[in-house]
Amino acid sequence: MRLQPLFATGMLAFYCLLSSAQTPDASHAKTAAQPAKVDAGNPPKQTDVGEQKFQQNCSRCHNAPQELPRRISGTVVLHMRARASLSAADARAILHYLAP
Amino acid sequence: MRCLSFHLSARIVLLITLLTVAQAAVSQETPLISGAAGFLSSTNGGKTSFDPTVMPLVAFPITHRFLFETRDSLLESVTPRGGGQSDQTKLFENVLYLQMDYFATNHVTVVAGKFLTPFATYNERLSPIWIGNYQDAPLIFPIGTNGSAGTGGELRGSLYSRSKMSIDYASYFAANVSGTQFKSSRASGGRGEVYFPVLGLEIGGSYGHMFEGNHPNAWGFDVWWQPRHGPLAIKSEYAHGTHAQGYWIETGYRLSRFSGPDSAIGRLEPLFRMQQTFRNSPDPTDGLPAANTQRADFGLDYFLPHEVRINTSYSRSFSSTGNGNIWKTGIIYRFLFPAWPGKK
Repeated sequence: MRLQPLFATGMLAFYCLLSSAQTPDASHAKTAAQPAKVDAGNPPKQTDVGEQKFQQNCSRCHNAPQELPRRISGTVVLHMRARASLSAADARAILHYLAP
Repeated sequence: MRCLSFHLSARIVLLITLLTVAQAAVSQETPLISGAAGFLSSTNGGKTSFDPTVMPLVAFPITHRFLFETRDSLLESVTPRGGGQSDQTKLFENVLYLQMDYFATNHVTVVAGKFLTPFATYNERLSPIWIGNYQDAPLIFPIGTNGSAGTGGELRGSLYSRSKMSIDYASYFAANVSGTQFKSSRASGGRGEVYFPVLGLEIGGSYGHMFEGNHPNAWGFDVWWQPRHGPLAIKSEYAHGTHAQGYWIETGYRLSRFSGPDSAIGRLEPLFRMQQTFRNSPDPTDGLPAANTQRADFGLDYFLPHEVRINTSYSRSFSSTGNGNIWKTGIIYRFLFPAWPGKK
């Protein structure tokens, strides 16, 4: 019986932890594509890197969907991050390409 | 007091749910429903069956760190019996995977639940009906895949990713679980692959060990080659099990060079797959042909607008137990949409 408030507090703390965990991701968005260099001379645009990563990873197995609503683009990339073993940086670059 | 505590817990859970939903509503991470629906037919040795099927996928992100996802298969096999008899029907329901992904670091994803066994390439990449070019799996598919899925945990991710090379890995441990949908054998294994984007060349290796029965090992390697500037694709796998081994090699060439991918000709993709299995010793439980088998699959896919594809194939199988012809046709519609309505 005494575990109920503890459980409730734990759930709230867990949610707060998750919410705080996502903030750094958003702030890292600018650096996402930096590791993936295409040419040494001209730094590539983030969408170019994203397109390159899309071709390298996603297009190996399937065609791009003909229509991708913007509000599920992040979910699609998360799904593919797990399924195609994408690094976080590659996933962000692909998301930027799919929903610039 | 108990009632008050329960209500408090319920409210907290409801609050978290609402906050998650509200967050999803304003971000790019709205839960989605994807997958495919198809009407497939197969004629094997003169016996025809019709297989309407739906393979839905649900992905539900919980912040940027967690993703719940599941893919299921619902297939009804209808076999006409003729002679005034009613058709024979059988319904197959299968949870292909149901897992929670935790994106722990840039290079590590932790997976828990029922997951597809990461052995070779077919199981994880080509088994969805909206991706695979052929309706049926390669003959060597049972080697190392432990019935296609395991229930336990998985670590996977990208070790190294640059423009000239990338290295991915996946390792798993599956527990002995009984039951209908989450049945699993105690096993472990993994897979690694190196990909060279400039060449379009991918080389991978897989290993699996089962801690049950005779503790069989399985290993294999795969090579894919898809030149960057061209519609050619060559995919191949070799797998070695305790009692059998074999390979398959598949080529496809989308005719998009002729008048573009949206022309009548450009929507065609001729395919060819060659398979061979070699039986080392008898094992009626391993799912492979009982005798050495050679099979040639000739396919032709047609990509229609609006995510619709027509698959056709003819296969000729040669074996000491008998030769046979297999005809397959199907039409498949791939869908992808948000789980609830809202602005695009």
